[in-house]
Amino acid sequence: MSQVGLATAAPVVRVSQGRRLRRRFLRRPMAVIGLVLVAAFVLLALVGPLVSGDPLAQDFGARLAPPSAHHLLGTDDLGRDVFARIAHGARVSLLAGVASTALAVVVGVPIGLGAGYFRGWLDSAIMRLNDVLLAFPFLIFAVGLAAILGASLRNVVLALAIAQLPSVIRITRGEALVLRDQDFVSGAVADGARPITIMFRYLLPNSLNALIVQATVAIPGAIIGEAALSFLGLGVQPPTPSWGVMLTTAQQFLAQAPQLAIFPGLMIALATLGFNLLGDGLRDVLDPRSH
Amino acid sequence: MSLLEVEDLRVTFTTEDGPVLAVKRMSFALESGEILALVGESGCGKSVTAMSIPRLLPTSGVEIEGAVRLGGRDLTALAERDLEALRGKEISVVFQEPMTSLNPAYTVGRQIVEVLRRHERLNSRKALDRAVELLELVGIPDARRRCDSYPHQLSGGMRQRVMIAIGVACNPKVLIADEPTTALDVTIQAGVLEVIANLRDTLGTAVVLITHDLGVVAKVADRVVVMYAGRSVEEAPVDSLFAAPQHPYTMGLIDALPSSALLRGTRRLEEIPGMVPPPTSDPDECEFAARCPRASARCTSARPALKVSEAEHRVACYHPGRKEVGRVS
Amino acid sequence: MSAENVLTVRGLTKHYLGGSRLRGTQHVVRAVDGVDLRIAAGEILGLVGESGSGKSTVGRCVTRLTTPTSGTIELLGKDISRRSQRQLRPLRREVHIVFQDPYSSLNPRMTIGEIIAEPLRQQGIRSRRERDLGVAEMLERTGLRQEMRTRYPHELSGGQRQRVALARALIRRPRLVVADEPVSALDVSVQASILNLLLELQRDLGFSCLFISHDLSVVEFISDRIAVMYLGRIVETTSRERLFREPQHPYTQALLSAAPVPDPALARGRERVILRGDLPSAAAMPAGCRFHTRCPVAVDRCRTDDPALVGVTAPDHLVACHLVEPGRGAPDITAVRRADADHST
Ligand SMILES: Nc1ncnc2c1ncn2[C@@H]1O[C@H](COP(=O)(O)OP(=O)(O)O)[C@@H](O)[C@H]1O
Ligand SMILES: Nc1ncnc2c1ncn2[C@@H]1O[C@H](COP(=O)(O)OP(=O)(O)O)[C@@H](O)[C@H]1O
Ligand SMILES: [Mg+2]
Ligand SMILES: [Mg+2]
Repeated sequence: MSQVGLATAAPVVRVSQGRRLRRRFLRRPMAVIGLVLVAAFVLLALVGPLVSGDPLAQDFGARLAPPSAHHLLGTDDLGRDVFARIAHGARVSLLAGVASTALAVVVGVPIGLGAGYFRGWLDSAIMRLNDVLLAFPFLIFAVGLAAILGASLRNVVLALAIAQLPSVIRITRGEALVLRDQDFVSGAVADGARPITIMFRYLLPNSLNALIVQATVAIPGAIIGEAALSFLGLGVQPPTPSWGVMLTTAQQFLAQAPQLAIFPGLMIALATLGFNLLGDGLRDVLDPRSH
Repeated sequence: MSLLEVEDLRVTFTTEDGPVLAVKRMSFALESGEILALVGESGCGKSVTAMSIPRLLPTSGVEIEGAVRLGGRDLTALAERDLEALRGKEISVVFQEPMTSLNPAYTVGRQIVEVLRRHERLNSRKALDRAVELLELVGIPDARRRCDSYPHQLSGGMRQRVMIAIGVACNPKVLIADEPTTALDVTIQAGVLEVIANLRDTLGTAVVLITHDLGVVAKVADRVVVMYAGRSVEEAPVDSLFAAPQHPYTMGLIDALPSSALLRGTRRLEEIPGMVPPPTSDPDECEFAARCPRASARCTSARPALKVSEAEHRVACYHPGRKEVGRVS
Repeated sequence: MSAENVLTVRGLTKHYLGGSRLRGTQHVVRAVDGVDLRIAAGEILGLVGESGSGKSTVGRCVTRLTTPTSGTIELLGKDISRRSQRQLRPLRREVHIVFQDPYSSLNPRMTIGEIIAEPLRQQGIRSRRERDLGVAEMLERTGLRQEMRTRYPHELSGGQRQRVALARALIRRPRLVVADEPVSALDVSVQASILNLLLELQRDLGFSCLFISHDLSVVEFISDRIAVMYLGRIVETTSRERLFREPQHPYTQALLSAAPVPDPALARGRERVILRGDLPSAAAMPAGCRFHTRCPVAVDRCRTDDPALVGVTAPDHLVACHLVEPGRGAPDITAVRRADADHST
């Protein structure tokens, strides 16, 4: 039945869009859980290191200690406080996740907008290349890049950004393709607007919803990516704390001190889950077709 | 007793923005062999009224009150299984956009045959013959070959004819057509309207025709119900409605047509000031009063009831008729 | 001659590639196939025809939202048919377009004030004050309250949005406005107010208008002259009075007879001509006269010869039909129907 058709005939109800979106968001428990998890993660990354103490300070009296009042989450093989390392690792994870995604967006969006708006041979060329790159799984691509670039936090961010680029380009181009044929874009062409204006004043603001959703999906991918690269020794180098690095060391002590693997693993899982839930929620709320 | 009676129908949707009073109160009757037009501007509740008759509205988030009687039997009391048996057999529906209602994966012949076999227990051979007959009935040339076409191979007009063929396959007593020609060109529309009129003449099918186009009404309807904000404000035989509209809203609709201005020889159309009220409340007043040139204090103090003004002509207005124009300050 | 015309279109064609190359179904869609038009200063030309006849494509060519395949488009005496977007920019302020769907024609992320000011901005008017003055005036002229300025399109009704579209189209005072089905998505009462507004603005500002519509009564109401389009061609064009008084082309006649009239007695009494079949696809154009497949009076010649658009009965009444002859006038298409009926009984 044509419910969609019926609903669009609705006369205008003047409720501000922001308020309606908020209400719609708050009605989704999973999305709210996601938001809380993400907020907690960001809070941990920003405030945690200030209160947690030094992640490198060694307490030789307590190596591989279980959680206690003194060491909230216990200590590792060198007697370093696990909570402090998790809190500092959160910064690395947040940086790797957000910075690499931001970089991919900054570079990928103009390419995607241009390809989608101009079409033509350039678009074909970009998309061919893009398809080839998309054929590699994200992690494998990132591992390859990191191996070439060399191990450092900066290179991890770079590798993750490049590995994300193809999907950012694809999504932006898809949006631009749909939007460029809409009447309001034709209207801008009739105004005499330059292509740059059309891309950034008309296409980009209207692609924002899709990009926000894409980012919330990409960030957890990059967080896992950072952990994986560091785990493989291609990322952040010890002694700098990172959840991936912590997992690597925890491997050797799995039997004696399983908490060493459990806590960073749990953090990765929760942070990823948080972003994914938030992303799903935002997708539902922002997509007008979903209600 | 009329063939179909809708009595005090109320339909309320529950939405994120609060309740939507889509139909506030509708009562009308359909006689057998009659084409009854339901007209009004978009959002006034035509489609919802129509969908409530065979109970095709979603089952959650909607509250339906009132009675719908087909041949004296109250459909509101029926179980979903009985309704399924009834739909397509006794009441069928044709929608505005035929492409979305036809299954793109099956040939049109097969889709008609399916309906026939579901309700009529025909063997497939007989059903196919009948399908060809039906396609011929709705004016599709070369019907036997067309049975093997897929919906996308047909033009919009052809698809709408196929939908009508499916609709009348089991000789329903009532055909509900919701804007069946709105998506079609005039030359195609003329043909489809002719098909509907012919069905009434040959099969005696009674039709509820929903449209916003007064030209379509004038062409095929016998009787008309004019809707405004979820209620019927006027009900009359078609000639009487156009010759002597009683409700100021009906007059406004007729006068706003470009052809009315052409008749008057002016280059200015009559406008209806203001906008349709949002379907969020049901005040005890004439909801058209805010836009009405002849509204008085009485109009906003109590809602006028639908009353007989002349033979078979009913109107819900305290100041009905053309004659009053200019007299009321 | 063409100097006094705001728009002169000659031999306009626009062909698209349709189908898929991979599946081998690629073919040429002749959306517009040799159209001549002219619009004088201050004139409203109605372009009417069934959907798919190429009306919007003509509008998009004239506003150079697309580049024509061939033909010339003279705007104020300058050929714009082959100019690049950059070369077009100085002429952009002379022509504007209003679209059918008021829900997709306004940028949902801009306020109404920004939307209306946008043409000025693109023209390079930097001064915010100057733009605001322009917006205020256009809001006033289109009957919108000044507070609308800060609203977003989704907060407006369809009719209000179409007013915004008009305000936007007229803020640079173009000499030509292309209105592509501007009232087709609106209810009659809203349609009436928008048509009145368009006429009022046209009287005040004096622009010319290419008014595209499939609705004959709307076109009859608003136009000074009318062009009837069928499958990428103009088949008949003349003044409004003349077209409705003595339509010549069988297609025009059929269109007039099929148009619904809000008068039951008239509707019943009228001799209706139901055209056979549907509009053929623009990808498989019939040979000869392209209307012959549906024409009730077609003769052999129509199947082979493509008729030219010429003034047979009057110099300003152009018709593309072999059967229109000087002195005899239009072919009677209702006669055929009566003959058919006699035959079958
Ligand atoms: N499923 C639905 N949920 C909420 N509101 C609805 C639904 N269907 C229709 N409406 C509202 O009910 C009113 C009447 O709609 P409808 O019957 O479709 O109008 P019409 O067919 O006369 O244009 C409108 O305000 C519409 O928005
Ligand atoms: N961008 C396009 N690509 C391919 N075919 C098109 C395109 N635009 C229009 N057409 C085709 O051109 C013909 C004319 O279309 P259009 O100008 O939109 O007609 P109208 O406005 O009269 O309905 C149609 O057959 C249509 O399918
Ligand atoms: Mg409806
Ligand atoms: Mg069009």
